[in-house]
Amino acid sequence: MRVPLSWLREYVDLPATQTGRDVQAKLISAGLEVETVEHLGADLKGPLVVGQVLTIEELEGFKKPIRFCTVDVGQANGTGEPQEIVCGARNFAVGDKVVVVLPGATLPGGFSIAARKTYGKTSHGMICSGDELGMGDDGSHGIIVLPPETEVGKDAIELLELVDEVLDIAVTANRGDCLSIRGVARETAIAYGLPLSDPALLDVPGPNAFGYPVQVLDPVGCDRFTARTVTGLSPEARSPIWLQRRLQKVGMRPISLAVDVTNYVMMELGQPLHAYDRSLVQGTIGVRRAEEGEKIVTLDGVTRTLHAEDLVITDERGPIGLAGVMGGANTEIADHTEAEGTTDIVIEAAHFNAVSIARTARRHKLSSEASKRFERGVDPQAASAAAQRTVDLLVLLAGGTAEAGVTEVISPSAPHTIAVAADHPDKVAGVEYGRETVVRRLQEVGCDVYGQDELIVTGPSWRPDLAEVNDLAEEVIRLEGYENLPSTLPKPPSGRGLTHRQRLHRRVGRVLAGAGYVEAPNYPFVSEQVFDQLGLAADDPARRVVTLVNPLNDEEPALRTSLLPGLLGALRRNDGRGSHDAALFETGLVFLPREEQRVAVSPPVDRRPTDEEIAELNAALPEQPRHVAAVLAGSREQAGWWGKGRPADWADAIEAARTVAREAGAELVVRSGQYGPWHPGRCAELAVVADGAERVVGHAGELHPRVLKALGLPARTCAMELDLDAVEQVGDAIPQAPSISTFPVATQDVALVVDKFVPHADVEASLREGAGELLEAIRLFDVYENAEQLGEGKKSLAYALRFRAVDRTLTVDEASAARDAAVALAGERTGAVLRS
Amino acid sequence: MSAPNKSYDPVEVEALKPEEIERMRDEALAAFTAADSLDALQEAKVAHTGGTSPLALANREIGALPPHAKAEAGKRVGQARGAVNKALTARQVELEAERDQRVLVEEAVDVTLPYDRVPAGARHPLTTLSERIEDVFVAMGYEVAEGPQVEAEWFNFDALNIGPDHPARGEADTFFVQGQGGGTESGVVLRTHTSPVQIRSLLERELPVYVICPGRVYRTDELDATHTPVFHQVELLAIDEGLTMADLKGTLDHMVQSLFGEGMKTRLRPNFFPFTEPSAEMDMVCYVCRGESVGNPDRPCRTCSSEGWIELGGCGMVNPKVLTACGVDPEKYSGFAFGFGIERMLMFRHNVEDMRDMVEGDVRFTRPFGMEI
Repeated sequence: MRVPLSWLREYVDLPATQTGRDVQAKLISAGLEVETVEHLGADLKGPLVVGQVLTIEELEGFKKPIRFCTVDVGQANGTGEPQEIVCGARNFAVGDKVVVVLPGATLPGGFSIAARKTYGKTSHGMICSGDELGMGDDGSHGIIVLPPETEVGKDAIELLELVDEVLDIAVTANRGDCLSIRGVARETAIAYGLPLSDPALLDVPGPNAFGYPVQVLDPVGCDRFTARTVTGLSPEARSPIWLQRRLQKVGMRPISLAVDVTNYVMMELGQPLHAYDRSLVQGTIGVRRAEEGEKIVTLDGVTRTLHAEDLVITDERGPIGLAGVMGGANTEIADHTEAEGTTDIVIEAAHFNAVSIARTARRHKLSSEASKRFERGVDPQAASAAAQRTVDLLVLLAGGTAEAGVTEVISPSAPHTIAVAADHPDKVAGVEYGRETVVRRLQEVGCDVYGQDELIVTGPSWRPDLAEVNDLAEEVIRLEGYENLPSTLPKPPSGRGLTHRQRLHRRVGRVLAGAGYVEAPNYPFVSEQVFDQLGLAADDPARRVVTLVNPLNDEEPALRTSLLPGLLGALRRNDGRGSHDAALFETGLVFLPREEQRVAVSPPVDRRPTDEEIAELNAALPEQPRHVAAVLAGSREQAGWWGKGRPADWADAIEAARTVAREAGAELVVRSGQYGPWHPGRCAELAVVADGAERVVGHAGELHPRVLKALGLPARTCAMELDLDAVEQVGDAIPQAPSISTFPVATQDVALVVDKFVPHADVEASLREGAGELLEAIRLFDVYENAEQLGEGKKSLAYALRFRAVDRTLTVDEASAARDAAVALAGERTGAVLRS
Repeated sequence: MSAPNKSYDPVEVEALKPEEIERMRDEALAAFTAADSLDALQEAKVAHTGGTSPLALANREIGALPPHAKAEAGKRVGQARGAVNKALTARQVELEAERDQRVLVEEAVDVTLPYDRVPAGARHPLTTLSERIEDVFVAMGYEVAEGPQVEAEWFNFDALNIGPDHPARGEADTFFVQGQGGGTESGVVLRTHTSPVQIRSLLERELPVYVICPGRVYRTDELDATHTPVFHQVELLAIDEGLTMADLKGTLDHMVQSLFGEGMKTRLRPNFFPFTEPSAEMDMVCYVCRGESVGNPDRPCRTCSSEGWIELGGCGMVNPKVLTACGVDPEKYSGFAFGFGIERMLMFRHNVEDMRDMVEGDVRFTRPFGMEI
């Protein structure tokens, strides 16, 4: 809402010294978000005067038509002689009154005016357009032609009210009353402690039987309809300058007198109005819900098919307006420039249901100044005054006659009262205001207040948002000043700190970052093609996705079921930007649809939902486990003065998974596996044991070359992904301390030859089991393949075994016996042979 | 081998002649002097004082002497060994000093060499800033609450007093999950704020409830320098008996002081949100200029555009309707809530100029933030 300070001052007698910035500060503290204060004409300097065009000479031979004019500016130029001015505009004629800027003046934007040679003549000033004066859009983009009665030589800065300040207020959804000068003036008056001259306080004649016939068939949608008629309007009448200027300052374009007047009154009082050409309305005006499929052409020329919930204004023929949103083309007021201007007008000032208007505006994607106000709440009591104000202005400005008939259709409604403890605002704020202050503040905003300890409060008609006790508390607190609230701290009960799961999420981030991975959180939006690119089987469950109705990008309508698409995208982006040796990780939710998709039906909000209702709501949501993934490409270790680098490989990816599992205290089963995106020979299946059953929780290794090609990734890119929630669930919450023996260690190394495809994990497991409890640690320190020495298809695995007893120094024989037992079991289980 | 030799012949104990022992001593001293490094000295030490050195062998022979000769020979050998050990120690000290002076210098390396064998990783600043904020409140006794990101409309809207006709519930602002009919009938959305976690907390937890809810939220904004459709919020909810707006103000003040330093304060401006009443917009004093730039063109402030205040987010007293929808008696309990965007705070706390930098995962952006911020 744009509010010219000059207009505001008409209703609140602000001290002359108060600037727009001062008013802004006051209103912000009272709760109106004054976003900007625009200083109109701040750098404007005269002389800027009214002139009358005496002669026009058309100059020939230029690319565009140019006129050389003489203009009478009275004594404004000091000589009284006609002023010679070159002008490129054409929308004026000899005898027209225009605005002339004389040499020595400065126009908005710091544009200095001096006599200058142009088109072979000397131009002593300019004939001005609205744009050049910073007046805002008048639709013509031509020069301003003033009413013929305007006095020549008069100062145009004052005449056109070019110097002013305009507050721009972002009005919140609950304060429809502040979408009017009246509402903002009321807030200003309260903020300054000054009286308000309420422009809605008008003498309004009571309703009678001979007004224009109106029938409201839907009193819920329309609880008030006032109709007034003005006849004998002069079709030539135009909006006076002051009215046009005020409309321009609030951001509206002057159109025609009747339309301008209804817009003006809407801005002034907040009541949307509509003017019908009476000659075009046929019979009784009605208000009803539309018939499904009914059509109307609105003023913007669009044919709209109506919905059965749309509220329409009708005459005998059918709809003549989309109630509270936009009028119909079939009863539009004719412009004065048209052959037959409108002379008789029916004025509608009605009150419509906010929800109904909001739905219609949204349904037809048609937001108008009227719908904006009805949606936020219009003062129903202002309708009669607004109609009266419109009638008065039309009579005054267009020489019309107000008909005596006054139609008012009103559905009776009881005023809404609220019982509130007098100290309720004190309790909400944590400040002792006292009853007296509370009552005074509520009265200031227009409430009727009765009672002592318990107050019975009736909100004013223009504040439908005052409906609950806290709404009243807010009025008191904001007027007493949010800035005066003290700062105190509550005393929460002792908390338990982060949960195990939350701490794990942090640790996983730290441990991966510590291992050189950079966190890269990605959007969860994916295309369904990406599953093909990742090489997932046609029946892979990861292809079942949650889909959005309105994705930002139609190519990516689904939510991720894996972190890899996003994370690999980030890796490709880094690679493309020259960071070829990148290691990234992400932890985040993936979204897995349930077997059966249910609808989440909202329970009522006037009570706690039952446990069943909550369970049903949750059952309508997809599963959303947290995953962790890591990807890497290029060098894992860089080359440097220390020697060679090392490329990232499948083992790094698996180690990243092991690192996460270790952090979670979970035992991770790593075994050879095959899954979509991974190289079939370099893929580890990762599993955990939960409740005695093994569960696959992820994969790690080198990606499939076909996937790398499809996704444009560097060669040998590696990746791992784990269901972090599943890993967390099997993790040890409390690690147990080992017992530390201080007896000497006995070390035995063994080299075993096995078939190439026997997994180390199996060999190690059997060595461990065979070695028995004397084994303290086992470590694989070498893997060796050599067909000549070992035979075709064989490999050698070398292990260091450390033996130690808790209660004695082991003898060489004891350690050797344990080693032999280990080798024997490995031989039995895996075919391992001690290398000689 | 060194057992007493009963059939000794004094004439044959050549090694114990005085001149012989002198010679051994002198040779040792000469060898020590000749040793020009600690390694050489170590060799000389083994040769002249070790178990097989001439003096050590001579020492053994003493046992073979007749008793009357033992004392004298023992004294002679003992004196020689003493002189040798002393000279050894002296030379040892000398050579160590020399090593300290010369050799260690020669061994010097270029310590400015890099060792970025495995370049450092880092956590994303959105994660670590969120954790930093969580920690402020966890220290006060709050607990961290989480919830689903794909959420039922009831939790995301209805329970928060955002009625079915509220404009935020349109497809222009909210991502809807496709129902079986392909439309918005699923009743499921991508949560537009972390407020549904407040509702879940009130339903799941015992009163009083003091929680902080960080997390990802979604709105249908196109990605540009100042918007992202996927962003992060932190919301706080405190429901207890007798909580006031003054408590809200104090909690906000405490937060900005913890995050931005002593003397920081907040400002509340009236506003309107469906889920709080009274509602306010919260600003914090600019932590860079502390308001000094206002009306002071000589000291413009980039961080707050010389406004003196930085907008943080929205807050207010929880609307009693919200409590009712969660089965909490608004006559007995009251409380406050606030929420703000982590991206915005990251922008003004760490001078991030373009929001796209936060979402693209470029390692050059994230690395400097390290493990914690």
